[in-house]
Amino acid sequence: MRKRNLMFGLPLFTALGTGFAGMAVAEEAAAPAVAAVAAAAPPVINSGDTAWLLASAALVMLMTPGLAFFYGGLVRRKNVLSVLMQCMAILCLVTIQWVLLGYSLSFGPDIKGIIGDLSWVGLNGVGLEPHSVYGTTVPHQAFMIFQAMFAVITPALIIGAFAERIKFVPFCIFTLLWSTIVYDPVCHWVWADKGLLGTFGGMGALDFAGGTVVHINAGMAALAAALFLGKRIGYPDKMSPPHNLPFAVLGAGLLWFGWFGFNAGSALAANGLAASAFVVTHVATAAAGLAWGIMDLFFNKRSTVLGVITGAVAGLVAITPASGFVTPMGAIIIGIGAGVICYISVSFCKAKLGYDDSLDAFGVHGVGGIFGALATGLLATKLVNSAGADGLFYGNPGQLFIQIKAVAITMVYSFIASYVLFWIVDKLFGLRASEHEERVGLDLAEHREAGYTTLE
Amino acid sequence: MKYIIAIIQPDRMDDVLQKLEEKEIHLVTVTSVMGRGRQKGVATVYRSHKEAGSLLKKIKLEIAVNDAFVKPAIDAIVAGGRTGEVGDGKIFVLDLAECMRIRTGESGGVAIG
Repeated sequence: MRKRNLMFGLPLFTALGTGFAGMAVAEEAAAPAVAAVAAAAPPVINSGDTAWLLASAALVMLMTPGLAFFYGGLVRRKNVLSVLMQCMAILCLVTIQWVLLGYSLSFGPDIKGIIGDLSWVGLNGVGLEPHSVYGTTVPHQAFMIFQAMFAVITPALIIGAFAERIKFVPFCIFTLLWSTIVYDPVCHWVWADKGLLGTFGGMGALDFAGGTVVHINAGMAALAAALFLGKRIGYPDKMSPPHNLPFAVLGAGLLWFGWFGFNAGSALAANGLAASAFVVTHVATAAAGLAWGIMDLFFNKRSTVLGVITGAVAGLVAITPASGFVTPMGAIIIGIGAGVICYISVSFCKAKLGYDDSLDAFGVHGVGGIFGALATGLLATKLVNSAGADGLFYGNPGQLFIQIKAVAITMVYSFIASYVLFWIVDKLFGLRASEHEERVGLDLAEHREAGYTTLE
Repeated sequence: MKYIIAIIQPDRMDDVLQKLEEKEIHLVTVTSVMGRGRQKGVATVYRSHKEAGSLLKKIKLEIAVNDAFVKPAIDAIVAGGRTGEVGDGKIFVLDLAECMRIRTGESGGVAIG
């Protein structure tokens, strides 16, 4: 959920906006209850908020190449480029999809709480004046580009599930369809004005920075991918280990860094709430990395590097929905919970169930996202964010039920829609690489490139 | 002339090279290789998934010597490479038909070393 920052603009009412009078004005009049106040005093751009949001957008952008290195280090040498390429391709593809169509479907004027209409296609009317609901103290385009980075990284997370065995062009087609048919509607439900799950006239589910929209959404698609595509040849016993763990550590570091933009940027302002989100993000991540390291020590006799960075990412995922609503102590609880629960899901459940989620996109993002969204229903408090809600531990059990409902709806829709999309793309184009291509490696088979040379 | 191929433990390489140096054997080619023998590998663990690790890292040394240096070379490799544990490696000795120094065109025994 996004905090509305109406209070910033009100006393500063000036004619700043007149230069862009034609842009983004009409729809603002239609904003809901609270926005009635705004109508009396058109919001004004705050330079601090704008600076922070643009910097945050850049931070979130860096997460996708960061994820590329995180995932790229975990695959075999022969597939490293294919994973880096999938991430970079998504960065290009989804950005264009977002400008042409995605932003309008996600945040455009509401149609029955389900989806945005087409009035913002091609960013028509998305100007430099603040919107009356979304980031009321920053240029509308700043909010749009910040959100674009979220739309980019979400499908990139799914790569972890189908890595090392998917054909490139069908993957691109799937990504575009998934962004349009799965990401954009779910984003609308949770974050858009009048979206059916969110706090702007919806059911009231709390999701500060993307527990449902980003992580559960991508995690369920990842599970669908792993189940639909089947295992890689040789899984689980005849697989080579990760080819470059230092890359994975570099990637995890970039993710952690970028995540400050993801969560603290989601305050959409340079204010106390942003500082609070920054702090709890860092604290939960540290707790989760530690928790995984200790679990490793207990069950495998050694703390592993991959374990600690995986735990840290699980912590980042779990704190995401809660980051605008919980205290630092709450963040420690969420971090430890994420480390322990994701450890169990990856180490024990995956092995038992036997599906091949290559890089644990479901085990970390799906499971961590579900845990984080539910934990938000337990630990959220209005002491941190008066625009939020209290959770069960603060005397409001109703919020937990709302969270459960939002999680369930997102899980079911994302899983089914993703599975159907995989099926359609597979029928039309063939998703899975041939056995020969998989053995040779996707770098050579799909891109005619090699990640590393052996001779100078 | 003989061609000696030795497979040794990676952590013994510095000692072996030093022992060879002491016997005035300077010509040596070193390659990092993977292989297996009777030694059991060390299992590595990735997100709790254990990799049995059937191939182990080894160092391969290749040394061309005149006949008088065969025994000193073997002694040096054994002296530097032996730990007494399974996995210390092997030494193979092959006949060498010819040797030529590319720079001068010299061939035979004078071209070695």
